[in-house]
Amino acid sequence: MRLRKMIHSLFLINCSGDIFLEKHWKSVVSQSVCDYFFEAQEKAIDVENVPPVISTPHHYLISIYRDKIFFVSVIQTEVPPLFVIEFLHRVADTFQDYFGECSETAIKDNVVIVYELLEEMLDNGFPLATESNILKELIKPPTILRSVVNSITGSSNVGDTLPTGQLSNIPWRRAGVKYTNNEAYFDVIEEIDAIIDKSGSTVFAEIQGVIDSCIKLSGMPDLSLSFMNPRLLDDVSFHPCIRFKRWESERVLSFIPPDGNFRLISYRVSSQNLVAIPVYVKHMISFKENTSSGRFDVTIGPKQNMGKTVEGVVMTVHMPKAVLNMNLTATQGSYTFDPVTKVLTWDVGKITPQKLPNLKGIVNLQSGAPKPEENPSLNIQFKIQQLAISGLKVNRLDMYGEKYKPFKGVKYITKAGKFQVRT
Amino acid sequence: MTDSKYFTTTKKGEIFELKAELNSDKKEKKKEAVKKVIASMTVGKDVSALFPDVVNCMQTDNLELKKLVYLYLMNYAKSQPDMAIMAVNTFVKDCEDPNPLIRALAVRTMGCIRVDKITEYLCEPLRKCLKDEDPYVRKTAAVCVAKLHDINAQLVEDQGFLDTLKDLISDSNPMVVANAVAALSEIAESHPSSNLLDLNPQSINKLLTALNECTEWGQIFILDCLANYMPKDDREAQSICERVTPRLSHANSAVVLSAVKVLMKFMEMLSKDLDYYGTLLKKLAPPLVTLLSAEPELQYVALRNINLIVQKRPEILKHEMKVFFVKYNDPIYVKLEKLDIMIRLASQANIAQVLAELKEYATEVDVDFVRKAVRAIGRCAIKVEQSAERCVSTLLDLIQTKVNYVVQEAIVVIKDIFRKYPNKYESVIATLCENLDSLDEPEARAAMIWIVGEYAERIDNADELLESFLEGFHDESTQVQLQLLTAIVKLFLKKPTETQELVQQVLSLATQDSDNPDLRDRGYIYWRLLSTDPVAAKEVVLAEKPLISEETDLIEPTLLDELICYIGTLASVYHKPPSAFVEGSRGVVHKSLPPRTLPLLMPLSSLAAAQRCGRQPCCECALTPNPSHSLHPPPPPLLPPPVPLPVVPPVTPPLSPQMGGGSGSFAAAPSTTAPTNMGAPLGSGLGDLFDLTGGVGTLSGSYVAPKTVWLPAMKAKGLEISGTFSRQVGSISMDLVLTNKALQVMSDFAIQFNRNSFGLAPAAPLQVHAPLAPNQSVEISLPLNTVGSVMKMEPLNNLQVAVKNNIDVFYFSTLYPLHILFVEDGKMERQTFLATWKDIPNENETQFQIKDCSLNADAVSSKLQGSNIFTIAKRNVEGQDMLYQSLKLTNGIWVLAELRIQPSNPSFTLSLKCRAPEVSQYIYQAYETILKN
Repeated sequence: MRLRKMIHSLFLINCSGDIFLEKHWKSVVSQSVCDYFFEAQEKAIDVENVPPVISTPHHYLISIYRDKIFFVSVIQTEVPPLFVIEFLHRVADTFQDYFGECSETAIKDNVVIVYELLEEMLDNGFPLATESNILKELIKPPTILRSVVNSITGSSNVGDTLPTGQLSNIPWRRAGVKYTNNEAYFDVIEEIDAIIDKSGSTVFAEIQGVIDSCIKLSGMPDLSLSFMNPRLLDDVSFHPCIRFKRWESERVLSFIPPDGNFRLISYRVSSQNLVAIPVYVKHMISFKENTSSGRFDVTIGPKQNMGKTVEGVVMTVHMPKAVLNMNLTATQGSYTFDPVTKVLTWDVGKITPQKLPNLKGIVNLQSGAPKPEENPSLNIQFKIQQLAISGLKVNRLDMYGEKYKPFKGVKYITKAGKFQVRT
Repeated sequence: MTDSKYFTTTKKGEIFELKAELNSDKKEKKKEAVKKVIASMTVGKDVSALFPDVVNCMQTDNLELKKLVYLYLMNYAKSQPDMAIMAVNTFVKDCEDPNPLIRALAVRTMGCIRVDKITEYLCEPLRKCLKDEDPYVRKTAAVCVAKLHDINAQLVEDQGFLDTLKDLISDSNPMVVANAVAALSEIAESHPSSNLLDLNPQSINKLLTALNECTEWGQIFILDCLANYMPKDDREAQSICERVTPRLSHANSAVVLSAVKVLMKFMEMLSKDLDYYGTLLKKLAPPLVTLLSAEPELQYVALRNINLIVQKRPEILKHEMKVFFVKYNDPIYVKLEKLDIMIRLASQANIAQVLAELKEYATEVDVDFVRKAVRAIGRCAIKVEQSAERCVSTLLDLIQTKVNYVVQEAIVVIKDIFRKYPNKYESVIATLCENLDSLDEPEARAAMIWIVGEYAERIDNADELLESFLEGFHDESTQVQLQLLTAIVKLFLKKPTETQELVQQVLSLATQDSDNPDLRDRGYIYWRLLSTDPVAAKEVVLAEKPLISEETDLIEPTLLDELICYIGTLASVYHKPPSAFVEGSRGVVHKSLPPRTLPLLMPLSSLAAAQRCGRQPCCECALTPNPSHSLHPPPPPLLPPPVPLPVVPPVTPPLSPQMGGGSGSFAAAPSTTAPTNMGAPLGSGLGDLFDLTGGVGTLSGSYVAPKTVWLPAMKAKGLEISGTFSRQVGSISMDLVLTNKALQVMSDFAIQFNRNSFGLAPAAPLQVHAPLAPNQSVEISLPLNTVGSVMKMEPLNNLQVAVKNNIDVFYFSTLYPLHILFVEDGKMERQTFLATWKDIPNENETQFQIKDCSLNADAVSSKLQGSNIFTIAKRNVEGQDMLYQSLKLTNGIWVLAELRIQPSNPSFTLSLKCRAPEVSQYIYQAYETILKN
């Protein structure tokens, strides 16, 4: 047996190690193959640390970890692992899209649809239909209303005609879309990934941006989106609908959109360009030798936020193992410390520059334990509405091909991605 | 109202209940029952017993029910082949359905039912579907050809489906093209020789057009297929690159990486002076960096590939160091990969940043990661000379933390720094010595002992320090024992007066109380050296050591080039070519010859061995890949060394070559002067004397075949060995060319043969006088004798060889021509010849044809004589020349021959008679070779 590009089987495994779903695209592979996975899982201790590619005597196991579920695929021959991993993520996305959440319960509750979806998504190891638009025409997502109707009328949730988009040159859009209110919304979302060192200077920072779109337009609209400052976008990944040549020559996003929600582009503004850091953190964390205690004092303040408010601020810290508990006082928001996982969470909320939020107090260590060597990193989350921190701005949106006047809207938001402050 | 209800059935009679429901008249009940069956299937329950009942539900207008039944069929048809036939009619009917969705579904499902009987029925519907008016059906049918090929390849070829599939590459619909390409590459995979994907500029153009239009998955198939194409010139390569570059902006990371593979491969063809080359380099960096912001699993695969790319073309990512900085909540597998790439990118320009990061990592929680970070600091010091001082002081800071495993790692890397920059950082030795007691890992202990031995003259209490290790000598690992032995000998040579007792103690521990051959051999060597010639001992033990090379963990260039062609595949994750690990993969080169039909008997001299081993060619005696005992001569006697012993040093790990301080190197070992075989006097003119009666032609020596590659560089970390065998006036030699195709200097060569049919063995050590620099070759003639151990090999002339250098031990096997074993005194007396010919039973006679040889009898005779086949008599019988010849092998076996030559016929008949007839075939091969060259 030598099938290439072949995902032979798929096992879904929950965190307690139960295999709760299996699907075989070819012959049945015994569940015992998962023992190798469990072995690796045990070795990794932490679920996040299970290596994504595991070799066993006769198979390779390529897995992803999403929403507390391991998607473990069984591979028999040389196959591009990224292909498999991308596909598995697409499966998880589809579940999310269909059932509102990608959880064990949701999957078990919809096991027949899950099976139909998996069959529709992969044939002989070749991905068949992975676009949610097309899938939804083939297999209708469950709704409470439909299941009631189905049980009364006996109709099914399987489409019985060929999806229209599947073979046209624009496979991402079905024909005959109709809306009474024609709307096109774009969300420019930017996340800042940064590492800030002890002294407060930036070790590394970059912006991961996406433009998520929600397009509800009738017919076959042809859109052009232009920017005030397209030069910022030098590293972009496009949705297949975008005409690459137009972008290359005119720096305009020209496309016939899929119907509904989709990610139009994702982009990266790298550290070479200056990335503004919207918050600063003052910290003093120290452990004293022999006293089994330490001090903790952290203040968060706003910086370079172009007059916008920093909100939704949350700080999480993995404290060293030797920490027993923490007695702290927060001038704003509330904090919790989980003595089992040693995670300190401080929910700050909005930052007002007049009164900077501060959290300070005493850290109690296990008596007799040596002074912790490692310094905990502070993980900061925040949000800034109506601001794209890179400065990216949409100029205008034009529509061709249809006569009606659509309602258009653009929203900006900046968030913290992996934002870490070393202490 | 969720599907979980399908799981709740009464335990008792579950199958029975389902059976009843499946056969219900009510459509809705039927459907619910099938859903319950599917639900059981999803959790791995065996519901195959319901097969006939489920198949009965197949004929239905309800598409959902049909799909569910198909799902079931695919799972269980294999286990119920007879029942599966029942479904065929419905399939065939569905393939004619007006709804293309149903046609496609039917042909797709049929292909998934891996039952031979069904495949026959599949052919006709499949043929129709391949030509279907609806592209959705065509693209499904294309995949089905690949499925069918996997079940019955012959059938697919006979039915002409492959040609139809090739036609689909020109289909108007890009999806169909993509699937046809995917199916063809899959089929081609299992038939590497077939020229299925005939890539030419036209078909490439079609693929490039389809690339822009098909789905993301189709793009991956097409890109992978493009990567196998070889453009005819740089212009074509450039034009393909230009059309592939837009794929770098795709949102699907697998598309991006496949595009990177095509570009990395075709870039090889572009001139570096080209503007376009520079443009392309610049375009490659951003997509690679973007891959690192994806999910951790994707990051991991991307990082493994970037690791290769950075080694091949460091310029692409040289400015992107910061994206590889580790975040504390990265999964460990991502952290370790990032660290590795950081070191590869480290240069004078960014070393300060890198060091600051590494120091940060060394205080993290994860032990594995911390260790690797500490090692990385050492690697930086070795790689970037300007940073060495900072690295050393960083390491000292880390040692001050007293965290046990940090200290141990630091000491191991400081040892390497000492090796790279001798006599520069000895001031830190005092600090290191303070931590002696906390070292509990063998590698760290060995490193520390090496340091003490190497700098014994500067450490006041070196003797005390080493003595403290000696107490538990037998509990130490071999690594530590060897190091301790060497270190104490060094100490003794430096401070002979105070340490005599110590050295005697360690020598007796090593030679008398140990059963480890490596340790014992090294002990004996030192002992002899010290007792016979202390000056020589000093020269050997305290010799100057070659500096360690910069990056020892680089992938060897030929392998790297191969791996670049496998970007994005499992091979790129494991950094091994697919042939090394994929089951049943193509292109696995088997070195062994095809099995002979006649089992060979043993040569006379190894009869005893043969009886022990039976017909099995002694697999237990074969060379094992375990370097610790394969390279070893039989254990020496447990006496103080009375004769010089051949010593092979233990194979040192790549990071610390020659830790034994030159003492263990093969070059220093005394060359064995083994008793020379009488039949093959060594390098003297004696052979000529024996041959005076033989007459002309001897001086030129036997025929020597041109050199062939025995060990390709890919298999030996860059060492390529080619060679041939020759026999010149009585001495046999193996003429070798060693070529260094790796990036680092090779030294410490040694060679060893496995036991073989004629006891061939090196008569002298392998003398490579200077270390072999990269891209350098050296020609060596290795004299051989035939007094080695004898073991029958299969085939008889098979020789297994192990070659060692400072990097590793490598194994290969080669076949030697038998005529190198024909001795100079192989001419029999006429009378003896006649008597012997009669004496040897007729069943020992073998006849061979030597075709297409145009020489006359005299020419044949003189040519053969050059290779020690002697003509004793020549007769002319009815116009044919009959030559009677004799030859003798090194092990004393006589072979008698009758060669019949007809003037008009270019075919000679050779009859061979021998008491050990199993050699005849190889004698015949020797005749062939000699006469035809």
